[in-house]
Amino acid sequence: MSDIGSLSKGSSPVLRMESVRKTFGDTVVLRDVDLEVASHTVTALIGASGSGKSTLLRCANLLEDIDDGAIWLDGEEITDPRTDQDAVRRRIGVVFQAYNLFPHMTVLENITLAPRRVHGVDRTAAEQHARELLERLGLGTKAGEYPDRLSGGQQQRAAIVRALAVRPRLLLLDEITAALDPELVGEVLAVVRDLKGEGMTMVLATHEMGFARDVADQVCFLEGGVVLERGTAEQVFGEPQQERTRQFLRRIVEAGRL
Amino acid sequence: MTAVKEESGQEDPSGMPGGGDGYVPSQRRLDRERFKRTRARRATGIAAASTLVTGIVLYLVVVNAPGWPRTKETFFNGQYAREAFPKVLEGLWLNVRLLLICGVAVLVLGMLIAIARTLRGPVFFPLRALAAAYTDFFRGLPLIINLMIVVLGVPALRLQGITVDPVLLGGTALTLTYSAYVAEVFRAGIESVHPSQRAAARSLGLTNRQALRHVVLPQAVRRQVPPLLNDLVSLQKDTGLVSIGGAVDAVRAADIIVGRSLNYTPYIVAGLVFVALTIPMTRFTDWVTARMDRQRAQGGTL
Repeated sequence: MSDIGSLSKGSSPVLRMESVRKTFGDTVVLRDVDLEVASHTVTALIGASGSGKSTLLRCANLLEDIDDGAIWLDGEEITDPRTDQDAVRRRIGVVFQAYNLFPHMTVLENITLAPRRVHGVDRTAAEQHARELLERLGLGTKAGEYPDRLSGGQQQRAAIVRALAVRPRLLLLDEITAALDPELVGEVLAVVRDLKGEGMTMVLATHEMGFARDVADQVCFLEGGVVLERGTAEQVFGEPQQERTRQFLRRIVEAGRL
Repeated sequence: MTAVKEESGQEDPSGMPGGGDGYVPSQRRLDRERFKRTRARRATGIAAASTLVTGIVLYLVVVNAPGWPRTKETFFNGQYAREAFPKVLEGLWLNVRLLLICGVAVLVLGMLIAIARTLRGPVFFPLRALAAAYTDFFRGLPLIINLMIVVLGVPALRLQGITVDPVLLGGTALTLTYSAYVAEVFRAGIESVHPSQRAAARSLGLTNRQALRHVVLPQAVRRQVPPLLNDLVSLQKDTGLVSIGGAVDAVRAADIIVGRSLNYTPYIVAGLVFVALTIPMTRFTDWVTARMDRQRAQGGTL
């Protein structure tokens, strides 16, 4: 765990999870998860499908109630039942695998909904901020379009803008390229790289190992409901300590994904 | 007739899209299109012929029925039709007003009941149970019995300050029953919106209520427009049932003349007037449905 400390650059972690347990019926998805995410760092969650990556992200955003353990956001315990869950979600942005844009709203309306309704930003200011963000992500001309007129890559970038529009403290990215055609993956990953450059704190669940190795400060390998191995990208990908991690990475290499 | 409709959707061969690249249609394409045209013509011919034959057979059966001359006199009498028509139209104005007022009331009440049924949490249990009991009861209760209870039973109570106006009471009964139908339509719509939409809204920090108002309901209502219009068409003709309480609507206007003359032609007139009123509404429903289907088809990924 000492390597995590060196990553935190002296500040207290943005997100901290301790002994988190989450079950769905008889299925234990997260058995005993510990995680620390330092400010301005990127954490990549890797592991087989069903290893709990998405569930971990949903728990961090309180979209799922955890069974045991605790989660802190900026030092405040958010799993306390007295917490205002809506207030917590306001500080965390989420980008979903299937984009989840609102199909009955234009791109601009999708983006300004939360700033206007939740944060009380007036319409002009919200739209101006949204247009700036769209411009930066190369969607300047798409503000008035409905989501179904956009390509998958454009939809996912619009979804990223929507998450960024509320100026989140932490951004959770849940396999955001998994539903994209291979030639569209690059444009979305480029956006994430830019965000890292701007110092955004992010946790991403991903199957793009090359990207994880490239962008992540911390890589966590999930297996059997626990973080089986964690460390810098060089450590986890270069010299994996656990036999299961080595097996997983071997399979990935065989599939041509690394 | 459907065969004709399908074929007319084909591209007009004379206006083949060239694409501006000097494309010349191949012999294969020309042959195919000639075959499709022949098939379409044949389908139209068969449809027309079968319609004509059916019509003639029906006409002959009715006209040659032993009771036809007498039926013709009591149901299709021109003189009584002319007498009844203006009175029926006058009565119809009441049906139209009932439709408009009850329609709005039904949409509002139906929406409130549907929302009550989707509320989560133990606090809302009584509200949820009440809404469920309401829809169960009024969906099962025959409208005519509901009308008789409200229109005849409520005045019998002789309560101070409660109206005995058959129009108001009839409208209340219609609203009670149709709100139950419409609530179920709205509820189906709310449940058809994928949970990921609600998750996305909540992840942005919207409260449950805001997510419902800005994300779930707009999509639910849009999706349910065709079935809602369908229920409004039903409501439109069921406004005729307020006549059982004595309100002078189109049906009652016809009834009055029938009672005096013992000729049933005014009923036919009233019936046709309702049909004439319903047809534009039905066509409008079809048009809206078709338009929404087209939009969905363009939506692709959704």
